[in-house]
Amino acid sequence: MTAVPLLKVNDVSKFYGGRTGCRNVSFELWPGEVLAIVGESGSGKTTLLSCLSTRLMPSSGIVEYHMRDGHYRDLARMSEAERRFLMRTDWGFVHQNPADGLRMTVSAGANVGERLMAVGDRHYGNIRATAADWLRRVEIEEDRIDDQPRAFSGGMRQRLQIARNLVTSPRLVFMDEPTGGLDVSVQARLLDLVRGLVHDLGLSAIIVTHDLAVARLLSHRMMVMKDGLVIEQGLTDRVLDDPREPYTQLLVSSILQV
Amino acid sequence: MTDLATYNFAYLDEQTKRMIRRAILKAISIPGYQVPFASREMPMPYGWGTGGVQVTAAILGPADVLKVIDQGADDTTNAVSIRAFFQKVANVAVTTRTREATIIQTRHRIPEETLTAGQTLVYQVPIPEPLRFLEPRETETRKMHALEEYGLMHVKLYEDIARNGHIATTYAYPVKVEGRYVMDPSPTPKFDNPKMHMSEALQLFGAGREKRIYAVPPHTDVVSLDFEDHPFEIQHFDKPCALCGAEHVYLDEVVLDDKGGRMFVCSDTDHCEDRREHGHAGEMLARQEAAE
Repeated sequence: MTAVPLLKVNDVSKFYGGRTGCRNVSFELWPGEVLAIVGESGSGKTTLLSCLSTRLMPSSGIVEYHMRDGHYRDLARMSEAERRFLMRTDWGFVHQNPADGLRMTVSAGANVGERLMAVGDRHYGNIRATAADWLRRVEIEEDRIDDQPRAFSGGMRQRLQIARNLVTSPRLVFMDEPTGGLDVSVQARLLDLVRGLVHDLGLSAIIVTHDLAVARLLSHRMMVMKDGLVIEQGLTDRVLDDPREPYTQLLVSSILQV
Repeated sequence: MTDLATYNFAYLDEQTKRMIRRAILKAISIPGYQVPFASREMPMPYGWGTGGVQVTAAILGPADVLKVIDQGADDTTNAVSIRAFFQKVANVAVTTRTREATIIQTRHRIPEETLTAGQTLVYQVPIPEPLRFLEPRETETRKMHALEEYGLMHVKLYEDIARNGHIATTYAYPVKVEGRYVMDPSPTPKFDNPKMHMSEALQLFGAGREKRIYAVPPHTDVVSLDFEDHPFEIQHFDKPCALCGAEHVYLDEVVLDDKGGRMFVCSDTDHCEDRREHGHAGEMLARQEAAE
């Protein structure tokens, strides 16, 4: 691990008119670290994720990113062109619903290759080879490369979406409920895959989830949100095994034991 | 003026022409950029060339000589009616000869004869946005043009190769203009794309329904998009034109009977007639004369 954080979040708040999305959130994300944001529906998790990934402008506060050139840039002060470039090269965003993150009408190969073409790759053979390699890495058979994602199952779509995001070797990936809507065995496989990829590639990730099991498996550190505020944060195992806040205790005790 | 039914010269009123000319000037100064304009209702349905007609009406002067082609032919419905329209409302000279015309309004083809300085080619465009079928949101495509994000265009070409083994787009083949804007050259066959590159003539594109005008000024770079290992290619025909024997021109297939008989003839009728007048004869023409 390098000695400087990848993302510095300082006192970020987002208000929707009089209502609060999230309030006074500060944290730092380090290279190679996976951070889970957990909490119930409406607690501001997704709002916070949108503010961090520049999909929403925070009402106040600063989000700084450590660029590849070694400088910190305030995301809100970057031009739209720079932001969009960052989003499709150095970042990834995995949506809960794969249809939001994929182009459903073009083949799997083109879905994976789109980012490569967007950054100027103009050699069909190379693009296809890279796409095939990535499909293999996310455990999709290579002969499905010319199939459209709508011919894929939910789990395959989600894995394809991950491949599409990782093809440009991003350093930071945002995930919004990556396992939502999948059945448990497929969830387990996906989590295993994500954990392997994060480890192999040294990715940093911010994962929003309401599923504490997902947080337990994937994340090093977690933040618990309630009513827009971060009420507790710490190492995942510490928070889950020894929750301090009454709300976190409630959350942990509401997990169904089988 | 005694005749109450008289139209203003070239149908449109002067304020409208002024508005269209301003859009044209802006389009010429930013090659390939789609300039919005307040498209008017024209006395013909959308899809019949209302954009092209408005551009032609705005640039037409009494001394101009007009040629109108549709799929390369001077004698098809669209060409005949637009030509008659301008004869009626502007009383301009019309011609079918490419080299005599100062303004050529076209649908689907660029004449075979090389256009020269001083000529203007006006295209009728149905859908000006090359990214439309990949990205349905206008707000998003505008942003993509503004930020020069054209990766998506190659996604389309990638899909072509993945499905067909080669780039199967044969018309409306996307081009990059002057190294900046990706442009839809209207539904011309890709055979005509190389003719747009460094053309001496001014090329104007009008889309009436979509309310956009764009342009390629003379001597402008127009490059067809492709992959390094799948370079851009134009169509090739096995046989020359059956009437005039021309090679390296775009041919139409004409079905002759219900027994599988067919012939390939020049789609550019003026070019074909001109060659026949100069004594060139294709296979079918020679046979016909022998029969007589």
